[in-house]
Formats: sequence, structure tokens, C-alpha cells
Amino acid sequence: MDVMPKWADVLLVPIISLLLAFAISALVILGIGKDPVEAVKLMVSGAFGSTYGWGYTLFYATNFIFTGLAFAVASHASLFNIGSEGQATLGGLGVALVCLALPWPHWTLALPAAMIGGALFGAAWAFIPAWLQAKRGSHIVITTIMFNFIGAAVLNYMLVNVMRPEGSMDPASAKFPPGASLPTLHDILAVFGIPFSKSAPANISFLIALLACVLVWLLIWRTRFGFELRAYGRSESAAVYAGISPSKIIIVAMLISGGLSGLMAINNVMGEAERLVLNSVEGAGFIGIAVALMGRNHPIGVALAAILFGFLYQGGAELALWMSIPRELIVVIQGLVILFTGALDNMVRMPIERIFLARRLSAKSGE
Amino acid sequence: MKDLAENSGPTPDAGPDAPPAIELRGISKAFGPVQANKDISLKVAKGTIHGIIGENGAGKSTLMSILYGFYKADSGEILIDGKPTEIPDSQAAIAAGIGMVFQHFKLVENFSVLENVVLGAEDGALLRPTLSKARKHLTQIAKEYEMNVDPDALIEEIGVGMQQRVEILKSLYRHADILILDEPTGVLTPAEADHLFRILRGLKDEGKTIILITHKLREIMEVTDTVSVMRRGEMTATVKTAETSPEELAELMVGRKVLLRVDKTPATPGKTILKVEDLKVVDEDGVERLKGVSFEVRAGEILGIAGVAGNGQSELLEVLGGMMAGTGRVELNGESIDLTGKHSDGLSRRKRGISHVPEDRQREGLIMDFAAWENVAFGYQYDDSYKSGWLMDNAGIRRDTEGKMERFDVRPPNPQLAAKNFSGGNQQKIVLAREIERNPDLLLVGQPTRGVDIGAIEFIHQSLIQLRDAGKAILLVSVELDEIMGLSDRIAVMFDGRIMGERLPGETTEGELGLLMAGVTDGEGAA
Amino acid sequence: MDFSTLIQILDSTLRLATPLLLACLAGLFSERSGIFDIGLEAKMLIAAFFSAAVAYDSGSVWLGLLAGIAASMVFAAIHGVASITFRGNQLISGVALNFLASGMTVLIAQNWFQQGGRTPSLLGKARFEPLTLPFADALKDVPILGPLYSDLLSGHSILVYVALLAVPASWWVLFRTRFGLRLRAVGENPAAVDTAGVSVIGLRYAAVAIAGLLCGIAGAYLATGLQAGFVKDMTAGRGYIALAALIFAKWRPWYALGACLLFGLLQALALRTDVVAAIFPFKMPVQLLDSLPYILTVVILAGFVGKAIPPRAGGEPYVKER
Repeated sequence: MDVMPKWADVLLVPIISLLLAFAISALVILGIGKDPVEAVKLMVSGAFGSTYGWGYTLFYATNFIFTGLAFAVASHASLFNIGSEGQATLGGLGVALVCLALPWPHWTLALPAAMIGGALFGAAWAFIPAWLQAKRGSHIVITTIMFNFIGAAVLNYMLVNVMRPEGSMDPASAKFPPGASLPTLHDILAVFGIPFSKSAPANISFLIALLACVLVWLLIWRTRFGFELRAYGRSESAAVYAGISPSKIIIVAMLISGGLSGLMAINNVMGEAERLVLNSVEGAGFIGIAVALMGRNHPIGVALAAILFGFLYQGGAELALWMSIPRELIVVIQGLVILFTGALDNMVRMPIERIFLARRLSAKSGE
Repeated sequence: MKDLAENSGPTPDAGPDAPPAIELRGISKAFGPVQANKDISLKVAKGTIHGIIGENGAGKSTLMSILYGFYKADSGEILIDGKPTEIPDSQAAIAAGIGMVFQHFKLVENFSVLENVVLGAEDGALLRPTLSKARKHLTQIAKEYEMNVDPDALIEEIGVGMQQRVEILKSLYRHADILILDEPTGVLTPAEADHLFRILRGLKDEGKTIILITHKLREIMEVTDTVSVMRRGEMTATVKTAETSPEELAELMVGRKVLLRVDKTPATPGKTILKVEDLKVVDEDGVERLKGVSFEVRAGEILGIAGVAGNGQSELLEVLGGMMAGTGRVELNGESIDLTGKHSDGLSRRKRGISHVPEDRQREGLIMDFAAWENVAFGYQYDDSYKSGWLMDNAGIRRDTEGKMERFDVRPPNPQLAAKNFSGGNQQKIVLAREIERNPDLLLVGQPTRGVDIGAIEFIHQSLIQLRDAGKAILLVSVELDEIMGLSDRIAVMFDGRIMGERLPGETTEGELGLLMAGVTDGEGAA
Repeated sequence: MDFSTLIQILDSTLRLATPLLLACLAGLFSERSGIFDIGLEAKMLIAAFFSAAVAYDSGSVWLGLLAGIAASMVFAAIHGVASITFRGNQLISGVALNFLASGMTVLIAQNWFQQGGRTPSLLGKARFEPLTLPFADALKDVPILGPLYSDLLSGHSILVYVALLAVPASWWVLFRTRFGLRLRAVGENPAAVDTAGVSVIGLRYAAVAIAGLLCGIAGAYLATGLQAGFVKDMTAGRGYIALAALIFAKWRPWYALGACLLFGLLQALALRTDVVAAIFPFKMPVQLLDSLPYILTVVILAGFVGKAIPPRAGGEPYVKER
């Protein structure tokens, strides 16, 4: 029998891990001579206290939902896709190329085209490592790490040598045409008469991210391909027995994963910057790992964890602004959250399992 | 506890007053809610070969792991040569003079024999003096016990029999007086096993004490002086080998009279279902595993493939089941089957009417983390009855699973429970239910009762007979000769990737099959 | 390209290869014992910061070196606890440590020095000074060999020589000592080591600690030898290049030297666009030079040019089988 009930596995363990990570973060804040309680208050009010805060929190969360789903899909096939960063980078290139290709008359036309561009470029960047894993047995972790760096170099080259407008010194693309501008949450909610901050970058991509959650859930748990993907992820030898092709699963799973990473660009590149700049992904690819870990690779969990990390990002920015705590504090908190919810999972899990086991045994002997 | 040996006086090899080489007193060990060892007491006299026999999961390996310091007993005491000894880790076990040869060898594949032997028993911080000294010592022991091995050969380049010798040499190099062997013959041919037994007798004559763990009655009868029987974590008896019989041991092992025969009527074979001609398979390492195999299986009969593990039977099932590519010609119902695909043909095989109960249900037949209902759909995920639109009909599969669980008496009958939470026998019933109820023309079955409790064995055997009586063709692979003899209508023996000959179960003996399994063909046998 | 330019480039190759080499050997010990380490970057970065900070405060580069090593070993210990004791995912632990180092260094630097997340510039004894090898001045004017010795080999900080000596030392430890035999065995089949009565956990911690030590030296060299002080994210992906070099070297010390020198050369060339323009008949994008280590590693991984087979037990926590 499983030692722990499901709720303990899905909720109790991650929450305790999270609290440990936050406790140490509080110590770090104390260590640099600031008040953690004040910091938390500031973070909460900064991230959730206004529609402006919400707008930023949800904007960041949108990025993390895409990269978190990307990692989760690969994870279900037992592939460790550490290459989201590079795939999202290339996705940005795809989105930018699409947006700049035509004088788009309206976003309803530009968005689907940009989604295809972003997803295709992201998927293409995942394809080579996937193919190498499937056909040559090259370890996908290492190849995707390498592709992150190669991707950064490709973007750098494209921006400096190809896409930089004449006369500009800035390694960035030209501004996208106005017809490629996405409606923000302000625009969307205004239709329903709900006031929302005009200057926050959250946009329609957030709704697309939520839709992606639903589609990924259907894919993983309700389709035959998802069934095969999960089966392969749990046991390759059994998958071969059942007639599931490992190469097919590896390649398709990575294409979906890379495509989701690439889709992130409709949010940060098309939705916010409206041009392509260097390092536009800003580590969201790696945060996707943490988000998927915390969310136990389930779309609902991913969405919640993404909002949590969006809160950390936005709250952290407020700290930098008002308490002169460097923005890097959130990088530390991210590190701690990944460490405790991911790498040190057993440290929390094992004692809890022992408690449940002891309770079950005593319940049994009491019968 | 029934202790016949105690009353019949000391064993002949040891003086009456010599303390036993090993004495266990009241050893208990639980893994969570599972009691693996219950209050076990045992005495093993110096200079004897002591067998420990029991079914899979009876607790033999756990007991030996405790003796070797892998696990700490919850309670109880270990005495070596009469002295109470704490064995908290393997280091302590080695220091106490205990050597262990595990079922799965613990060798570093890309190290040389010599490096494997000295690993952990080096003389000093530098390797060179250790290695040159060890080389001499090793050649000496090897000569003494007739175990020639090339000290510079890499482990990955020598055969399993040789690897096992390296394991024994490792223990002897560490001056072990007590040698424990866990299921040592599973991977050996009968000839290699005989050689091993000669080595063991030689060691015994030198005064070493040997504990042989096995579930094979024949080996116990052949080589041991005394034998202890374990059942469900308990030591049920210790008897002198000369004073017992296989029947008595079998009864002690399972706790009741065992039906060693399978009830069945003579087969009425119909038309040829499966026809295999000159089938060859080369594995990923470029080794030819099947070297031209030909045979037929007809409707309404069971063809049993006997052989020592690793002689191509697994590859035969895998290539027929679509898990491996091969060359040659295979026909099902007169139509040829494509053998060129790699890894992805399982689905098309199933469509053609071939079902497959694989040898290793935990690694192949089931996804252990999947719920029972998901496992019932496993391999049939594209089946029309399991789909609803472009999605899977999960509720429908669950209903179907409930029915299957009831008909195959799977306990507990809960489709939501993960496969890993069922016992071995119930796991196997889930696989059988899935494959048999597809009503296949041909059923491939590998090791159907490995690690399955006796009650489930009877049920599984009956299910196979019923399928045969329904006019289906069955290809059975098993390393258990009893099972082959009991179930098969015809027996083919495999050795080194070839079929050495076919026999009818009524017209052959275990001895004759054993010779074939060792590669001795009729001609050579007569000569 | 004239001879003196060549010497200059090789000279900077050697300097740039040094941190790669130390980190690569660190990874080699760790991975040979079966512990994947994508946190080489983290250990170098935290060491770079603490060595620079302590060297600045104390005025002694040696104290700085010790502080850097200590910081790196603390990170190594966290990786050990996560991946050995608690059998966590080694990759995730590495990712976490990379974040932690990247954030912590800036946070502490800002709190300590208030200079926007960097240390003040190191001067005098707070830096590793170049060593002049014996007879370097005397041999300077010998044609060809003179410059090779006096300008290329001589005149580096002591840590460069430490890194070079670490190569034969690592080879000797791995292939000529009992510890090395056991270390290699534990990365291939920990069960063999365990049943032989040797502690798997102890060996792996030892390997992880050695990795901490070497990364510590690498980081200290970055901040106090190669450059004069710590700046944000100054490792700039060197930990990953070292990882690439490790695969390129197929987990062998001498090959590691070759791989790191090659990757060091690429870095040196990327800094000298004038030379690059002179060598190549076509316009060589500097981005291609930057990413060449990664591309070459992918090619190696693809198995088109020899197969890189990692230690068999790599990445898997050891659990005793029943």
C-alpha cells in the first residue's frame, strides 16, 4: 500500500517544503538587516494589493505557466527538459519574425500566426536534442543545456547582425506593428465593465495559458497519446512490450514541450515588450522547473505554483523599490524553493511517511 | 518449530562439542507492515553445506541480508563460532569471515577480474603493490579450488559462470570461512551448476561452511548435508538431507500437500496457428541470440520451451511479441508477420491475434504505478471499445476492469488500486485477464508463475489449460522444468539460441531434458 | 598573425582555461563517483565572491582563497545532503544551487560593500600576483623557446600552475590509488562497493567534497587572479563549459586538459576579433566562437565522433536492494 494518503503527497509535503524555504528566506532577510515581516507585507500588498500588482503578478505567472507545463509534459515522459530557456528564446525569435513579417491589421490575425511561429521555433529547438536522445542515446539533459547557450548565441547573432534596425545601436528588433499589439487585461475586463490597471502588462496570453492548462490536462490524462506518454515515462521496458515506440514518445513529447516553451513568447515578447530584446526570457525557463515540481506536474498545480512565483517576482520587485533589498532576493528565494520542494523532497517526505506508518500500525494493533 | 536435526545428533563433519559456525537466535525483521522474518533460529554446523529452501518471498534473502549486514534485525542474536557477533554492515560481516555470492552479481563491469577481487580489500593506499600481491594470491586460490579465471579479463567480457567464480574468489580472497550463495544456479546450465557443486564440495572439504539458498529441490537433495525450510518468514523445519525426500520438503515449503501434476485431458491439436522458420535475432550488442529456430504451434495445444535462462527463450518471446526485430519467416494462420520493425510492433501483433504474457510482469507486463484499470488498457489503448470520441473512455475501461477482476478472482477487486499494491499472484492475474480475454489465436506466455504463490499457480495453470481447450495455440516458456512437464503437450528444448530437440512429456524424463538443456544432443549422448 | 600575437593568444588561452580545467576536474571527481553536478557554476560563483570579499577585507589573497574554498565546500555539502543522504534529484539540486549562488552573491555583496552587488577592486596582496618561473628572464631572448617559456609558461598566478598540476594528480589519484579504484567503482556499480564493505555514502561525499575544493580554487582564481574583484554572475556559464569539457574529455583527466585548453582557446579568440578576422577568410561571427564549445559537445554526444559513455551509475541515488 502507499504509505501516505494522496492529499499528504499532493498538499502536505509541498506546503511544508515551501514553509521551510520561506523560513530560511526570512532568515536571509534578517541577515541583511531587514525586517522579514515588513518585507512579506510589502510583497503581498505589492503583488495582490492593487490591480496594478495583480497585473504584474499574472503577467509573470503567464510565463511560468507555459514553461511549467513544458517541463511537466516532458517530465511525464520521464524526460528532464532543462532547455525551456533556450526554447523560449527561440520562440521569441519566431514570434518576432511573424510579427515583423506583415503589417498586421488586427491582433486577432496576428496572435494565431505568432502562436504558430513561437511554438514552431520552440519545438524546433527541442527537436534536435529529442532526436539525438531518441536515435543516438545522447543524454537530453546535457544536450538541452548546450542548446540553451547555443540558442542565446543565435538570438544574439540575429539581433546584432540581422534584425537590428538601421542606425540603432541597441541589440533589439524594430518595434512590432500596432496591429500586432495584444489586448491587455485592462482592455478585456473593460468590456465587462471591470476596472483594471492600464499600465500592467498582463494580457490575453494569460487566458491562453489557462487554456493550455486544460489542453495539457486532456492530453496527458485523456488521450491515447497521453496514456502512452505516461506509460513510457513510468517504464520504458513495459512501453516497448505494449508496442509503444520510445522514439515517437521522446520526439513528440519534446516537440510539445518545446512548443509550450516557445508559446511563452506571445506573453513577454508580443504582449509586453512588443519587440525582441536580448535575454527576454530572464530565467523563466528554469523557473518552469520549479513550478512543475511544486505543481507535481499537474496543470492545476502548475497554474497555482506559477501564480506563487509570479507573486514572488512582483513582490520582489516591490522590495527592491521600497526597502532597498536587491531584486536578487527573489533569485535566492527561488533557489530555496527549488531546493526544498525538489532536491530535498525526501527530507520532508520521509519523516511524514514515518508518522503515517506509525499511525496506521497503531490503528491496526488497536483493532 | 519442528527441528529434526537437533534430535538426530551432530553432523558427521564437526565434533560433537564444536560450536556451530553460525547460530541465529530469534531473528525478526519487518519492512513496514510486512513481517519478512519471524523469530528465526538456526544452527549451521562447521564444514557442512546447509541448504535453505523456500518459495519466493519466504524471507530467505532477507535473512541472509541480515547475516551479511545489509539489514539490521529488529530483534535477535547472531553467533559466529559460538561468539555473539554484531553485524551492522558488510564490513563487519567480512571481518566475521562471511562471504556472500548474490543472485545478481555485484561486480564492476568495466573493471578487470583482479580489480574486482581486491576492491574493498586492498592492502594499502596505493594500488600497484596490492595488485601484484593479489595476482599471486588469486592464482594460488584459483588453482587450489580449480577455478581458472584470467585476472586481467574485463568482467563485461566473460560469461556468467565465470563471473560467479569471480564472486566466489572475492570471498575467498577475503578469507571467508562461511560462504552464502543466493540462488546460484538460476543463470547456469546444468553442467555449469555441476561444476559449481564440485567447487562447493571442495570448499567444504577444506573446512568451509556453505549456505546454499535456493528454491530448487533437486539442488538441495544433490549437494547439501542439512536443509532448513522457510515459509512466510518463518523457519518451519531443519532436517538432514539424507533423511528427507523432495515430497516432504515440498510439503514443508508450501504448508500442505502440493499438486505437482496439472489436471488436463490429452490435447486435440487442430490446424497450424504459428509457423516459425529459421528465425534469427541479433541483439543490440551484436550478439546472435537466436541462431535459426524453427517450430510450429497448432490450435488447441501448448508447446513448452524448456531451457536454462539466457539461451534465447526470452528473445524468442520478444521477437514474436514484436519487442525486437529478427530475420527469418514467421506465419500466423498462414500469413506472414513482419519482423523488421523495432520496438513498435506490439500493437500490430495484438491486432493480428497474438497476446503476450511477458516473462517479467513488473518490468514489462505492467506499469507498476498505474492503476489496475489503466493496466487493463495497457497495450490495447487504441482498441475501439476503449475510446470515446478522440479521447479514451476511462469510465468504460474501469467497468471492463471490474468484470475482469471478478472473473479472474483478483484480490482486492479494486480497479483504482495501483498495480504495485497487488501481490505477485494477483498482478499476474491482471496480466492474464487482459491477455486471455482478448481471445487471441496465439498466446505467448513467459514464466507464468514466477514469484507467484501456490494458490495462484493452480489458478493460472487452469486458465492456460482452459484456453488451450478452447482451441487456442499457446507457446509457453518457463525455466521451471516441472511446469513445462506439467502443462505442455509438446516440449522443445532450447540451448544457445537453437532448439536442441522436441519431446513428448509422456515419453521423456527430466534427465533427458536436462542433457538437451546443456546442449548435449542425441548423437553426442549416445556416443 | 605574427609570433608574438600567437604567444599572446596562447597566454590568454592558458589563463582562461584554468578555471575551466579546475571546474572540469571537479566535475570529473563528482561524476566518476556517480553524482551529476550541474552546480559547478554555483560553487565557482560563491567561491569567487567570498574569495574576493575576504581578500579585500583582510588584504590577504590567501585568506580569500581559503574563504572561497570554504564557501564552495558548503555548497558541495548541500548538494551532498540533497543527492546522497536524501537521495534527491541531482539535477534539480544543481539548478537550485545555481539560483542560490547567483542571488546570494549579489545580496551579500550589496549588504557588505554597497557597490551594487560587486566587491571593490582588489589591489596588491589581495590579488594573486604573477609568478616568474626560474630563469624566465635569462631565457627570454632565446628564439622561439624563449618566448614560449618566459612569456607563455612563466608569469601566471600560482593557481594556474596548481590547475595544471591537478591534472596528473587527478590521474594518479583515480588510477593509482585505492581511493581512486573505489571512487571509480562507486560510479559504475555502487552495490559492488557496498557489498565489499566500503561505504558508498562516504565515498560519494568525499568525491563531492573534492569537487567543492576544486571549484573553490576555480572561483578564487576568477575573482583574484584572472580579474581583480567580484562582479555579478562573473562565472558567465563557465561551469557549463566545464561540464561540456568533461563530456568532451570522456571523464578522463588528461583529455580534460586538452578539452579545456581547446575551449580556453575559443574564449581567447572570441576576445580578439582582429585576429579572428585575420585567420578566417569569411566573416566569422563572434557568437559562433562563443557557442562552439557547446556545439562541439553536442556533436560528441551525438556519437558521430567517438562515443562518450558516462559512468553507469551516474545520477542515480543508491538504494540497497532487498
